[in-house]
Amino acid sequence: MTWYVSRRFLQLIPVFLGATLLVYFLVFSLPGDATAAICGERGCTPAVVTALREQYNLDEPFWIQYLLYLKGVLTFDLGTNFSGRPIAVIIAEVFPTTAKLAVMALIFEAIFGIVFGLIAGLRKGKLFDSTVLVLSLVVIAVPIFVLGFLMQFLIGVKLGWTNPTVSGDATVSELILPAVVLGLVSFAYVLRLTRTSILENVKADYVRTATAKGLSRKRVVVVHILRNSMIPVVTFLGADLGTLMGGAIVTEGIFNVNGVGLTLYRAVLNGDGPTVVSIVTFLILIFCLANLLVDLLYAWLDPRIRYA
Amino acid sequence: MRFTRNSRILSVAAVAVFALSACGGGGGSTDEAATGGNTDAVIVVDGSEPQNPLIPTSTNEVGGGAVLDLIFAGLVSYDADGKVQNEVAESIETEDAQNYTITLKEGMTFTNGDPVTASSFVDAWNYGAAAKNAQLSSYFFESIEGYAEASAEGSTVTEMSGLKVVDDKTFTVALSQPESDWPQRLGYSAFYPLPADALKDPKAFGENPVGNGPYKFAAEGAWKHNEQIELVPNEDYEGPQEPKNGGITFKIYQNDTTAYQDLISDNLDVLKTIPTSDIKNFKNDLGERSIESPYAGNQTIAVPYYLKNWDGEAGKLRRQALSMAINRDEITEVIFNGGREPAKEFTAPVLPGFEEDLPGSENLEYNPEKAKELWAEAEKLEPYDASEPLTIGYNADKGDHKTWVEALVNSVKNTLGIEITGKPYATFKEARTEATEQTLTGAIRSGWQADYPSLYNFLGPIYATGAGSNDSVYTNEEFDKALKEGLAAESVEEGNKAMNEAQETLLEDLPAIPLWYQVAQGGWSNNVDNVEFGWNGVPLYHAITGK
Repeated sequence: MTWYVSRRFLQLIPVFLGATLLVYFLVFSLPGDATAAICGERGCTPAVVTALREQYNLDEPFWIQYLLYLKGVLTFDLGTNFSGRPIAVIIAEVFPTTAKLAVMALIFEAIFGIVFGLIAGLRKGKLFDSTVLVLSLVVIAVPIFVLGFLMQFLIGVKLGWTNPTVSGDATVSELILPAVVLGLVSFAYVLRLTRTSILENVKADYVRTATAKGLSRKRVVVVHILRNSMIPVVTFLGADLGTLMGGAIVTEGIFNVNGVGLTLYRAVLNGDGPTVVSIVTFLILIFCLANLLVDLLYAWLDPRIRYA
Repeated sequence: MRFTRNSRILSVAAVAVFALSACGGGGGSTDEAATGGNTDAVIVVDGSEPQNPLIPTSTNEVGGGAVLDLIFAGLVSYDADGKVQNEVAESIETEDAQNYTITLKEGMTFTNGDPVTASSFVDAWNYGAAAKNAQLSSYFFESIEGYAEASAEGSTVTEMSGLKVVDDKTFTVALSQPESDWPQRLGYSAFYPLPADALKDPKAFGENPVGNGPYKFAAEGAWKHNEQIELVPNEDYEGPQEPKNGGITFKIYQNDTTAYQDLISDNLDVLKTIPTSDIKNFKNDLGERSIESPYAGNQTIAVPYYLKNWDGEAGKLRRQALSMAINRDEITEVIFNGGREPAKEFTAPVLPGFEEDLPGSENLEYNPEKAKELWAEAEKLEPYDASEPLTIGYNADKGDHKTWVEALVNSVKNTLGIEITGKPYATFKEARTEATEQTLTGAIRSGWQADYPSLYNFLGPIYATGAGSNDSVYTNEEFDKALKEGLAAESVEEGNKAMNEAQETLLEDLPAIPLWYQVAQGGWSNNVDNVEFGWNGVPLYHAITGK
């Protein structure tokens, strides 16, 4: 087990190198001169442009730029963005908010998705099942920005239950609405995954055995059916955590959340290479760790799975 | 912008949901506010994240500019109509429009207690101009003698020879040529003074700037990046911009659509730009709490001379034809709901010296017959090379340019029957890079917003030979000469006359096609009163009161 975990950690090194190299190259290949974004509509004098290029190593060829960046990372210095602010500080500022938002969305989609999916699966073909199926289909089909703007308008503006936007403090109560919007589509997937998985397991031999043994209905459902149905759901949730972290650009934009997604979006527009690479790499590492966690959860959910 | 279209879908959905039921925005409070209003209220206004440390000479965009204008006071300032008034300056005197003597008022201080002296200005300007400091707004000092030496690439000169401190309250400025409108520029943020400590660690200063303006930072760290900037009144400030409220908080928004939702639910007090998607209903939503106020900005499309088809005599005829093929009235009415004014010349109507019927302004009027004639005439001189059809470039990342570019393209296509298309650039920087490197393959949209209220600001930096923003690579001796005469004129009025003469050349040549003037469309919440917009489209923050 320990060996397995440490091996997985070692695998992060090539992932890190490959990811930074690839992302750095992509940002480097973006058309347009990064100093043009800094100088704005009016432009700067040539002397200023030269000085800026020197300051951010923009006059160096790709390999040198990349190696300089890598050197910075290995000495725990992520450098500064084009506004002159340390990237490490920026990540430390926006990451907690996005993490809070993603975890809240994950909790929302996990709890509601599994509970609704379980009920729907156990009552296959009944009214509840059909209603939930149709509704989840609608949620999946409607783009997230429509859901976002609609819920912002209804709940934030018309009903006034909460502010339409999130303040700088990003308190838990303010984040509920954005978290629900963010988790809504995944909620529909979790629901459908759980339902299908339950339907399969309800007919399994060991469920019939458990029932025949005289176990209570509750115990059969929770321990035998639900637990065994969780593997595909947990896989999905694990992968989704990574997506929620980086993919919240639209939701963060609608609710004005100062998070990772918007920071990344702005950096891409400005061709701010070091910032983009740092944030993306950070997200990739989180994604890898979430997957490791999922793999370890498998063993707990299904004792037949062992790691050595 | 990617969010603006979405909210149009939202509006449709919302209408469906509410079926036209009470869509009235916030519940209009009817209690009469006492004239004068509540002067202790903190006003929350929309802002955008300053792109650079808040140092006057390194700020070149509106987000940082709006904050700087409140925490600093320059030698002069502009009133709501763009009229220049002395602020820190007691007097600005000159006899030849080239050598100026500037005297400061007594008893002015920065909010850290330091007095505002002649060196506060001279040192700040020298810092701004010197190449080694790489300040984005360095070119604002180009008129001052010695700028060329200080700003040359790799230069180690840190002082401009034209600036001399006479005593604590007096300094002299020598320009490299006579420029009568130079004092008008001194209200622009690049010319603000800095306290002595600022230049020891500019970066730290830029995080917590100390100024001499009507407001100051509420506390160390009042700038919470990408969240808000909190300002409180500066009690020691004396001048024309005396605060009538208990503070201004800039809430930083990533897009206007979101800010608009906050406005109609009274969570935001003032929004200076109504998002495109809500332009059709904001007057309905806000009623008397909305405003449309023309300001010193315009939109043009620059057609580079290095493009085939668009140079020489035939090119000139084609430019005129192109301009006359654009139905400006219809586009401003339909696309902007009247929120723009069709252009009559190259500057903007709120500026002193503006004239709307200059000879040649008929070239900016929609005239399909004449356009076809001119095009046919150009064909005789030199046939149009259709292998290089005209494109109109615009950046798709900020501002909603796609809609009007498409409308413009259709207007031209229907009139002239030529092939012309819109060309989106993914990012602003991509478009700017091509413009700067002169590798554009078509025309490009270009917006200009005044730094200071002067006709020259719309002409010199864009159309003078070799100027920094001369995207068309236009050069015309006659124009350059008229411009120079205008600068050397003895009074601003005479200068404006010469500037307008220079414009006649532009109206004939059309290095760029003026489209329309900008109109600020803004709104405010039920909690505030006395909201007015200035000549530059920015609300007069100091005058806003609570209810």
